[in-house]
Amino acid sequence: MTDSNIVEILIVEDSPQDLELALRALKKANLANRIHIARDGAEAEEFIFCEGAHAGRKKENGPKVILLDLKLPKIDGLEVLKRIKGDPHTKTIPVVVLTSSKEQRDVAESYNLGVNSYIVKPVNFERFAEAVQKLGMYWLLLNQPPTVEG
Amino acid sequence: MLLKDIPIQRKLMVIILATTVSALLLMRMVFFTYEFLTFRHTTMQQLSTVGEVIAANSTAALAFDNQGDATDILSALRTNKHIVAAALYNKTGELFAKYPDNVADILLPAAPGNAGYHYEHLALIGFQPVMQNGRNLGMLYLRLDTGVIMSEWFKNSILIAIVAIAVAILIAYLLSKTLQKQISQPILSLAETARDITGGRDFSIRAKKLGSDELGLLTEAFNQMLEEIQAQDHAIRIDIAKRRAAEAEVNKLNAELELRVANRTAELESANQELEAFSYSISHDLRAPLRAVDGYSQAVIEDYGGQLPEDGRRYLQTIRDGAQRMGMLIDDLLAFSRLSRQPVNKQEVDTGKLVRDVLEELRPQQEGRDLDLRVGDLPPCQGDAALLKQVWINLLSNALKYSRDRKPAIIEIGCNREKDGNVYFVRDNGAGFDMRYAHKLFGVFQRLHRAEEFEGTGVGLAIVQRIINRHGGRIWAEAEPGKGATFYFT
Repeated sequence: MTDSNIVEILIVEDSPQDLELALRALKKANLANRIHIARDGAEAEEFIFCEGAHAGRKKENGPKVILLDLKLPKIDGLEVLKRIKGDPHTKTIPVVVLTSSKEQRDVAESYNLGVNSYIVKPVNFERFAEAVQKLGMYWLLLNQPPTVEG
Repeated sequence: MLLKDIPIQRKLMVIILATTVSALLLMRMVFFTYEFLTFRHTTMQQLSTVGEVIAANSTAALAFDNQGDATDILSALRTNKHIVAAALYNKTGELFAKYPDNVADILLPAAPGNAGYHYEHLALIGFQPVMQNGRNLGMLYLRLDTGVIMSEWFKNSILIAIVAIAVAILIAYLLSKTLQKQISQPILSLAETARDITGGRDFSIRAKKLGSDELGLLTEAFNQMLEEIQAQDHAIRIDIAKRRAAEAEVNKLNAELELRVANRTAELESANQELEAFSYSISHDLRAPLRAVDGYSQAVIEDYGGQLPEDGRRYLQTIRDGAQRMGMLIDDLLAFSRLSRQPVNKQEVDTGKLVRDVLEELRPQQEGRDLDLRVGDLPPCQGDAALLKQVWINLLSNALKYSRDRKPAIIEIGCNREKDGNVYFVRDNGAGFDMRYAHKLFGVFQRLHRAEEFEGTGVGLAIVQRIINRHGGRIWAEAEPGKGATFYFT
């Protein structure tokens, strides 16, 4: 895992403050290596499906976990989720929805689309940091992903 | 009977003619009987007159026993061709002379009978004594054949009767033909009018009054009836028209109402959608800057805490507390607004079990407390289990919160069965409140205690009240400052 091209965590987050705080939390848990950041849904899709600016990237180089905000510019988080879980190459990537929305329909829709976790961002930073760290740990270190074909 | 089905004109004719003919026939029969009797009597008198004359003439021939004279006298009877036989008997009863000469013996009696005249079958038989100065000289016998006379008389009589009846019928017919019109004409005209009305439904037609008799009255009554029917018909027509107009009006109003309801519904739906979008954006957008305030404050404390004076760190902590509290307020407010949109799924709820579950969930609040929990009998109820659980959580956590300074804290949970239903209650011996502020108890963000005494956002009881209201129930409270509070709900 020394290949610098391999991305382990993709954070899709439009709010710069939330992003900085999330990164800070991950850094504290020593998970800040090989993180890629997408600022909207379109960017996230380009990265995940190796399109546009990321056309030369290889799909097998990750990401291993996607932290996905739902309320995103351009392409909505749920749309991104739908595409990820609808594509045989990407559907095994664990996706954690990390959002401020407690709306029942968002939660239900996310689980319908096959999300692996749904975390409501708490206002309390300590709990926010705790949630981000635990997620990173769990999906990167403890969870054994199935072998992706192709 | 056929008579009742034939037209009234013919009926009247038949009645008049039948009456006339039967009266005439009866008259004729009485007259005929009288004539018959008179005729017989007259015939007998005529024969007796002839007998007396012949007898008077025959006295000499009998007295002198002269048979030739006697035969001559008898032959005078020739003038009356109906006298078919005659004879003279002497006083000893022997046949003395006979008429005509060749008379059949069967027509002559062997001996004279008693004096007098009588009818025998179709013959009139007479025995006339021949007397002179009171002396009986013999007996004259006469036989008159009445058959021919009778039949002639009978023929004439019948003929007269037939002619009379025929003439009478003719006159009766002609008379009745004109007279029956007096009765039939008004009736026919009435019938005609009635037929026209039923045919054309035109109640303005009137029957023509032809006289002032009963039929005239009938016509008048009929016309009066028509007048009334016409008036009523008119009224009904107006009524129907009014009703149709009213119906049309109602339909129009209904259509307008439906349109308005549809418009309002659409407006409400769009308002509801706006509200949903609003709470969605609150949930997302209001919390994001709060996270930044809290997170960066924490970052400052962590990274530069050492460089800050004690007050600086406290201020930052206060900023964090404020942000977190605002986050809680937003969460509670969202939960509260979500309540009004969420449907109520009513079903049987085991209240006893529900309360035990809630108390179990609130275990952290009970740790290390001198607590006396008294749970009474709790009958099941109809309601949305998830919502009712929220009610019990809020009420019981309130009771636990406001009684935390009591030793022991007593919390009583129970139910009073009253005539309009079960009234559940939660009683504590905690802080209580002043009843003067009871009306503020269930308002959103309304608090009766200072934040440093008892924490909270002031939404819990508002949520409780809204859930109870959505179940069609009622909630109220009784309390006294320092002595605790009791919350009742149905």
